[in-house]
Amino acid sequence: MNRNSLIKRMVYLSYVSKEGHLGSSLSILDILYVLYKNFIFNKEDKNECNRFILSKGHASLALYTILNEFNFLSEDINNFCKFNSLLGGHPCDKLPFVEASTGSLGHGLPIAIGIALGYKILNKNERVFVLIGDGEMNEGSIWESLLLAAHHNLNNLTCIMDYNHSGDRALKLDNVCQKISSFNWNCMEINGHDHDIILNSLNHVDTHRPIFIIANTIKGKGISFMENNPEWHHKAPDLDQIQAIHRELDATASGL
Amino acid sequence: MQLHLVYNKYKVMRRQFIETLKHILHSDNKSVLLLGDIGVFAFRDEFKNIPNRVYNIGILEQSTVGVAAGLAKTGMIPFVHTIAPFLVERSFEQLKVDFGYQRLNGNFISVGASYDYAALGCTHHCPGDVNALLGIPNMQIVTPGTSKEFEGLLKSAYNNGCPTYFRLSETENNTDVDVKFGKGTVVRTGKKSTIVCYGNMLQATLDACNAKDVTILYYTTIEPFDGQLLLEHFNNKLIVIEPFYSGSTNFLINRALEGKEYSIFNAGVPRQFLTNYGTKQEHDSFLGLDFKGLENTINRCLTY
Repeated sequence: MNRNSLIKRMVYLSYVSKEGHLGSSLSILDILYVLYKNFIFNKEDKNECNRFILSKGHASLALYTILNEFNFLSEDINNFCKFNSLLGGHPCDKLPFVEASTGSLGHGLPIAIGIALGYKILNKNERVFVLIGDGEMNEGSIWESLLLAAHHNLNNLTCIMDYNHSGDRALKLDNVCQKISSFNWNCMEINGHDHDIILNSLNHVDTHRPIFIIANTIKGKGISFMENNPEWHHKAPDLDQIQAIHRELDATASGL
Repeated sequence: MQLHLVYNKYKVMRRQFIETLKHILHSDNKSVLLLGDIGVFAFRDEFKNIPNRVYNIGILEQSTVGVAAGLAKTGMIPFVHTIAPFLVERSFEQLKVDFGYQRLNGNFISVGASYDYAALGCTHHCPGDVNALLGIPNMQIVTPGTSKEFEGLLKSAYNNGCPTYFRLSETENNTDVDVKFGKGTVVRTGKKSTIVCYGNMLQATLDACNAKDVTILYYTTIEPFDGQLLLEHFNNKLIVIEPFYSGSTNFLINRALEGKEYSIFNAGVPRQFLTNYGTKQEHDSFLGLDFKGLENTINRCLTY
């Protein structure tokens, strides 16, 4: 399966359901792919597993697409947003591999900290990953959490920020790496679409500090008329747009 | 000596909280205590002896509740303790989403019920906690009337798979009732009216009823509500005595008594900012929630 096929599936599901946050889903697709391919495994005892929380839950379409890609999805992805489905517009923790029900911003990081702290108490070596958005950085609970994770030396925690700049029109995060570093996190900045670089950053573990990865991404990555276009934050494509997307993707065949 | 007696009378439930939590911390290695920078000195030995399960987590209630949810997801049993308005109203969405929606096991133990912190003013009052928490499906709500009742209720419910709110108050009833989690208790039976009374209001209710021919049902668990008991002791004149916002539990009563005709007389905290200071007792008296005020409400009902 390649990136274009995954995008085509997401676009199709959005068209059918008239739902989905495509812009955000496209900006985190590469991060999720690398994360699930290398760090998330299926074990019966959850406390023996690394865990991942999609704190910016509106990008659930990308999460389901990646879960489906690695055969982790417990139901047909075509059920996306259907009445009796677990595959909602925001992830629900009743779905296997979804570690937290998110959707309201600023909740995933504190929960991830609680799991990381629980792992420390239980002497587990497994890691906790959480993905937040740059708009989500506005929430006070994020900054509370930055204090907490550093204070408790949670070096089993990695927070990835999908920096697609969608929050800039409200509150800019100027000098974000400097700010995060000053909270005593190990902060690094990467290209959030380069798989080797993503893998390298996710492999990184500090002696005592939590890791913060600023992943520079493009909202709507891969579809020219969606890229950095806030109109596509929460909008489903019509048939003409789907055809245009297929034409563009077929012309630029890029594999994962 | 006088001061010492007053201290004993009004701080007993908090002392019981410390004692019971210490017991749980030592007997259940899944228990984790998160203090919102209150009660820290009382747990000084536990900070030393079990430092990985006792935290002065700080003054950040939203994240504290989120962290508690994460702990619960690893099988730990969190106990979060701080002042009622900050625990319930500041972090309401975390209680709703992280604990209610995800149906996680956790315990939220507040101090400063309604206007216990009378002199500190409206920022530290919390008569709206029960009303607010009843809006969260899966949230269990416990309002003990004495320290001993709190101890039993906490020990029986702290690991039952749901989030549970325990509302500690500074004043207690004079007598312990043999209460069970999720059940109401018949204190006495009579013919003229049925009184539904919660937590630390039982003492004033008993004083106000004196020799009146009424049934008194005493509830220390609000959710899950023991509607069956109310149905069994139905009277078409109901008096509901709540140490929180008046009428908070009317819908629970209505659900239990669907299809029946009855009148409810409510005694409780009015839905307004209580801008006086002074003491809890002065507020009780001013709001008609001491035994004299309750006597008036009960007489109003009985002569209706």
